[in-house]
Amino acid sequence: MSAPVSTVVTGDATSLGYDPSTVGRSDHAEDGQVLPGDWEIVVGLEVHAELATETKMFSPARNHFGGEPNTHVHPVCLGLPGTLPVVNGKAVELSAKIGLALNCTVQRCIFARKNYFYPDMPKDYQISQYEEPLNVDGFLSLPSGSTVRIERAHMEEDTGKSTHMGESGRIHDAGYSLVDYNRAGVPLIEIVSHPDLRGPEQAKEYVEELRAILVAIGASDGKMEEGSLRVDANVSIRPAGSDELRTRCEVKNVNSLRSLGRAIAHEAKRHLALYEAGERPMQETRHWDEEGGKTHPGRSKEEAEDYRYFPDPDLVPIEPSPEWIEELRASLPVLPQQRRAALVAAGADAKAADLALDRGLDGLALAAVDAGADAERVFTHVANNLAVDGAESLDAGHFADLVKLESDGSLSATQAKQVLAEMVSSGKAPADIAADLGFEAMDTSELATMLDAIIADHPDEWQRFCEGEGKLQGVFVGQMMKATKGQADGKVVNQLLMERKNSA
Amino acid sequence: MSDTPTSGGGHAHTPDPALDTASGIAAAVRAGDRSAEEVFRAHHERVLAHTEADVDLNVFNTLTADEGLAAARALDARIAAGDDPGRLAGVPIALKDNLCTRGVETTCSSKILQGWVPPYDATVVERLEGAGAIVMGKTNLDEFAMGSSTENSAFGPTRNPHDPERVPGGSSGGSAAAVAAGYVPLSLGSDTGGSIRQPAALCGVVGVKPSYGSVSRYGLIAFASSLDQIGPFTHTVADAALSLSVIGGHDPADSTSIRSAFPPVLQHLEDGIEGLRVGVIGELSGDSALEGFEPEVLARTTAAADALAGAGAKVETVSVPSTVAGLSAYYMIAPAEASSNLARYDGVRYGHREDGVNTRAMMAASRTAGFGEEVKRRIMLGTYALSAGYWDAFYGRAQRVRTVMIREFDEVYANFDLLLSPTSPCVAFPLGEKSDPMTMYLNDVCTIPSNLTGQPAISVPFGTDDGGLPIGVQILAPYGGEVDLFRAARALEDLAP
Repeated sequence: MSAPVSTVVTGDATSLGYDPSTVGRSDHAEDGQVLPGDWEIVVGLEVHAELATETKMFSPARNHFGGEPNTHVHPVCLGLPGTLPVVNGKAVELSAKIGLALNCTVQRCIFARKNYFYPDMPKDYQISQYEEPLNVDGFLSLPSGSTVRIERAHMEEDTGKSTHMGESGRIHDAGYSLVDYNRAGVPLIEIVSHPDLRGPEQAKEYVEELRAILVAIGASDGKMEEGSLRVDANVSIRPAGSDELRTRCEVKNVNSLRSLGRAIAHEAKRHLALYEAGERPMQETRHWDEEGGKTHPGRSKEEAEDYRYFPDPDLVPIEPSPEWIEELRASLPVLPQQRRAALVAAGADAKAADLALDRGLDGLALAAVDAGADAERVFTHVANNLAVDGAESLDAGHFADLVKLESDGSLSATQAKQVLAEMVSSGKAPADIAADLGFEAMDTSELATMLDAIIADHPDEWQRFCEGEGKLQGVFVGQMMKATKGQADGKVVNQLLMERKNSA
Repeated sequence: MSDTPTSGGGHAHTPDPALDTASGIAAAVRAGDRSAEEVFRAHHERVLAHTEADVDLNVFNTLTADEGLAAARALDARIAAGDDPGRLAGVPIALKDNLCTRGVETTCSSKILQGWVPPYDATVVERLEGAGAIVMGKTNLDEFAMGSSTENSAFGPTRNPHDPERVPGGSSGGSAAAVAAGYVPLSLGSDTGGSIRQPAALCGVVGVKPSYGSVSRYGLIAFASSLDQIGPFTHTVADAALSLSVIGGHDPADSTSIRSAFPPVLQHLEDGIEGLRVGVIGELSGDSALEGFEPEVLARTTAAADALAGAGAKVETVSVPSTVAGLSAYYMIAPAEASSNLARYDGVRYGHREDGVNTRAMMAASRTAGFGEEVKRRIMLGTYALSAGYWDAFYGRAQRVRTVMIREFDEVYANFDLLLSPTSPCVAFPLGEKSDPMTMYLNDVCTIPSNLTGQPAISVPFGTDDGGLPIGVQILAPYGGEVDLFRAARALEDLAP
């Protein structure tokens, strides 16, 4: 559900909190290739996220994924006659935090009933927010630079799950249906964006960033595959450069980021084909068919629902106090956008920063760099050697020490990798592990003596190397490694080799 | 059996203060003068005596005599063990059959809920039983509390104990009749537009609709959530005060419940009315009353006003014009909320189910077969009032009227402590007489304002008409004004003929 909105943005960056020129901007070359150049895609997303609370939105039943059907239930979430909803304070708190993280205004809000008959909805109405939602007028800055305005982020309750027992698995020709109400009443936040997205890739980027925020706040586990994060896409197209908003279709049943991208691209092309044939798309809800790779109509127009929203008389308005809002704001963790910026400032490139964020190792990496470790080596380890369980609990001081040992030549790259693996599993200090493994740093003069012996044993090769046959460098380094059983630091060996060559 | 007919063929019970009041019974049981079992058996025998004498007032949908007897014995055992048995020790009670009772069928007098057994107790039931009250049974009502005569019941109409050919009023007709017939000294009803006060008036007992939110609605099967309140039927004002002190006060399970304890009505019951400013609502009384008020009803109200003035109250007539508009607003808001509240009766999880070719057809067939005519009429009215394109003209406008009404009553209460009016424009009418829904709806004109404003009101018996049919007078108070309301009601009770 989203009201029609204008794409015209007024105001300046300072009062808005973002640069208006970054709204509705296309940052992904792939997005421009879905349609011919004279058309552009317009997408607004409705993201539903299940909130990670102990109990349900209005009921004392447990909020827990899975379980035997109809075991996480209570008279209230089963909508039994006479029961009344009571708002879960934790759900309101998480929702307000999400609103603050999305730069929304958190305001006095009321609950409304959305009335429609469906067997997996115990009361045959859903408690949601319509007029006066909790969060309004926010925005999300995407890593690629554009801004997506958030219209609202409101609270509501989830429905149960129907399983239609019939050939197609659809309700129309089911022999019978089974309903599991474990999910009924689970708290949801619905985050509604303005139609500021310009294609499949940007839409995916938005959802990824949103998901990262929800996870960072601890508001949701963000698992699309378990349905705790669900995305509906409102898709339309228009002549490139136009401000108009043409008829949109709401695409549902998108169960992964990949599906989201495919569904948007397909729906945009379907609209284009209609316009090119002199027809127009109808405003309707369409379902994404993952196997068929296309969307098909949902409810027909004749069955279009009038939800008859009205304020729920069983619930009272929520009036967040300014103090409470500031308390929540202060409790927000550092958000992905800020964490990414910090990583880049510490010397990570975009890819390394994303890897560090994905693996939740950004804090570790930053702390190690802060402690004086070489940034390049730190991010190399995060990218290549720390995609393992337990890496997130690595001691940052130990990690920094390891990188320093590597930098000063006490450990070779190979040794450092081995020591790091041991650090993750044992939690011991790198110097102790290196000692246990016999990785004693070799004395440079000892190495020089060994090198001189090898040069003496290979006079021809040494001659050719000194005359410029560079590839022979590897032969000497290889001999050194063989002689030291791999314990020599390659950097030191190379350095010695060059000194000998230059003085030859 | 101690029936004293009060009119031709009547079966109303003339109460004995010691035996037939909740406070009298509780005092005797607590003191060990009477056992809870003895009290319960005596009341149950009155029910049986009527049945055996072929007097079927059709008061109860379900009698819980066996469970009640067991509970009475358990209470007696607790008393013998020295436990405090509670403020309503051994008091037999009846519950309107829209109040959920764990393990006991709860039907709302609807075919659609027939056979449904709640797995939980309403908060008021927990509190009454916790105070030692013992449930005699579940009483008949207009289906889902929609009606003013208890004729809209899937299980047949309840009859007025004063004249079995007449209605007891409604929708809590069963609970009103249960007290009037002497089956129990205390029963609970629900009042959405007068459903406690009007049957109380027509059955000659006391009935109270307390301030919205002062009694938890958890476990009351909703008709119109913003208007519904639970309240008691009793023979005396003191019993009504006692029962509200037990069931009232905050309940965390009801978000609309007040955050405080119920007002201290018992402590101020005997404070008298000297100096209280009482306004008689002009639109509902005397020569200025709207059409359709029976002269004897108006006369009794005037007599009550005079009696209060004689006892020291300052009585004046006051105009409250929005009273009339309230009726139209009510018949938009209540059906709108009902259309949503009653959506859950779809045949999927409980209650009546008809077969259908698919889920939608099954739901439609179940609802068509399960709901009665009046319920269907109101669901359709409410659905219409909330529909896109009509919302503002109907539901929206009705809410604005409600706002105006609340403001108008607030203004009136700046100059008055209490208001006075008849409870019902007429005495108990013959079964089947008001077959036109509009005629029936007009019957609620005196009681609806209190539901729309959320303010408390009480109906106190004040004599009868020439035929011996009871007439009730209504006292209204501002929100939370139960202390003054009960002071005045207690005084009026003593002034009644």
